[in-house]
Amino acid sequence: MKRLLPLYAAATFLFLHLPLLVLAVFSVNESRFTIWQGLSLRWYKAALEDSQLAEAAWNSFVIAIAATLVSTAIGALCAYGLWKRRSSFLTGSLYTTLVTPEIVMGVSLLAFFQWMFRYLHLQLGMHTVVLAHVMFSIAYVVIVVMARLRTMEPALEEAALDLGGTEWDAFRLVTLPQLWPAIASAALLAFTISFDDYVITSMVAGVDSETLPMVIYAMARRGANPVVNAISTAIILGLGALIVISERLRKT
Amino acid sequence: MTTLRRLFLAPTMGTLVLLFFAPMTIIVAYSFLTRGVYGGVTGEGTIENYIRLFDSLYGVILLRTLALSAVATLLCLVLGFPLALFIARSGSRKNLYLQLVMIPFWTSFLVRTYAWMFLLRDTGLINSVLLAAGVIKEPLPLLYNNGAVLLGLVYSYLPFVVLPLYATLERIDNSLLEASADLGARPWETVTRIIIPLCAPAFRAGAVLVFIPCLGAYLTPDLLGGGKTVMAGNLIQNQFTTARDWPFGSAVSLVLMAIVLVLMIVAMRSQKEDLL
Repeated sequence: MKRLLPLYAAATFLFLHLPLLVLAVFSVNESRFTIWQGLSLRWYKAALEDSQLAEAAWNSFVIAIAATLVSTAIGALCAYGLWKRRSSFLTGSLYTTLVTPEIVMGVSLLAFFQWMFRYLHLQLGMHTVVLAHVMFSIAYVVIVVMARLRTMEPALEEAALDLGGTEWDAFRLVTLPQLWPAIASAALLAFTISFDDYVITSMVAGVDSETLPMVIYAMARRGANPVVNAISTAIILGLGALIVISERLRKT
Repeated sequence: MTTLRRLFLAPTMGTLVLLFFAPMTIIVAYSFLTRGVYGGVTGEGTIENYIRLFDSLYGVILLRTLALSAVATLLCLVLGFPLALFIARSGSRKNLYLQLVMIPFWTSFLVRTYAWMFLLRDTGLINSVLLAAGVIKEPLPLLYNNGAVLLGLVYSYLPFVVLPLYATLERIDNSLLEASADLGARPWETVTRIIIPLCAPAFRAGAVLVFIPCLGAYLTPDLLGGGKTVMAGNLIQNQFTTARDWPFGSAVSLVLMAIVLVLMIVAMRSQKEDLL
């Protein structure tokens, strides 16, 4: 067993990483087909020159930034509030958003927006996508910030209060400065989740708000296309880097 | 503290009420209404949408969803346990190995699913290599079947069982294993009679963590099943888009939601540590 276990682990790591590595290798392949023909960046060049992709990437970026700013701000405040005193209702609700199937969240938001729009003169668009993303990112932000708060000493805030500070002072001057790394980590996580989402986004996006995952999905459905390999590799590297930074920040 | 705390919790509470509970309430209401002529809903109340779930056409989809999720969960447990055992015993490289498990998980779900399409499709890597090597004359039908969907589910959710198993394995008292060896147990017996029973709660936690997202899977069956392996998630999407039968789609959503919530509550009851 001493020899078998490392072999098995190596095979499993290969299973987890090989599909992504293969994608990356074939993204720099000269040939349009799945035959190695030599190194080339032509598919990256093609991806960069595609105006539909550029627009979708820009939309994804704007949506992810907006959703991240809002969900990080309100999620961090929520974590602090829950740290002060638990609320089983709120905690339970946040857990529920985590386990709700994405497709169910997507169709319920679609039904909700369409129902609202009967009374308001609005349409599906970037704003509805941002609202949806804010909602499903909050729980992740709360979990990350809460993990940091759990390691902190409540006596520090008590000292601040004893010394004549208000509760707001205690939060702003004592706890918040120690929370920034966790908040930054949560923000990076929220950004990647938002940037990557396809299922919910595709249900609540309007005609003018096609995101990068939506374009990739359409291209993947249509058939083999090396441009998808190029964008996919760029996304793996980009989001992977954000996640590694996020993990580092969480441990500081 | 109460005022400040209330102020801090209010935005999240408001967001959840407006964008989670209100939409869910609408789905509940729609599930008891009738489909309108041009899509949409009309005001006639009915429980027809729930009865239709037992039609053989839709019953099969629900059963397939449960079966595929159960098999995927079982495979994840079986494949994940030895990996978790390896990581827990790898000393200073533990963190590196854990990251190796987690990083593909965090990078783009869509891209990871697409990566398997790239490998499995008729013109994909596996078929291209086998054709070029002369092993096969026709491309093997690797994509668009139950097996491909199962593979995608296991690939996506394997980390969910590795993490809780690792956390438990790491805390197992070494003296228990030494005692087992001293009393003449072979390594294999120590695993099956000491380690695995000690991991029972982690197996349960991991099973729930995999089973829940499998039940709601949409992208995996959509891309790797190609419309042939329809799961509940695809049925819901179809009812809200192509079929334009929102009341029935709502009923399917709620049934799925009910199963997920029951599992979540059962899992939380048995869990001592909370994330939140």
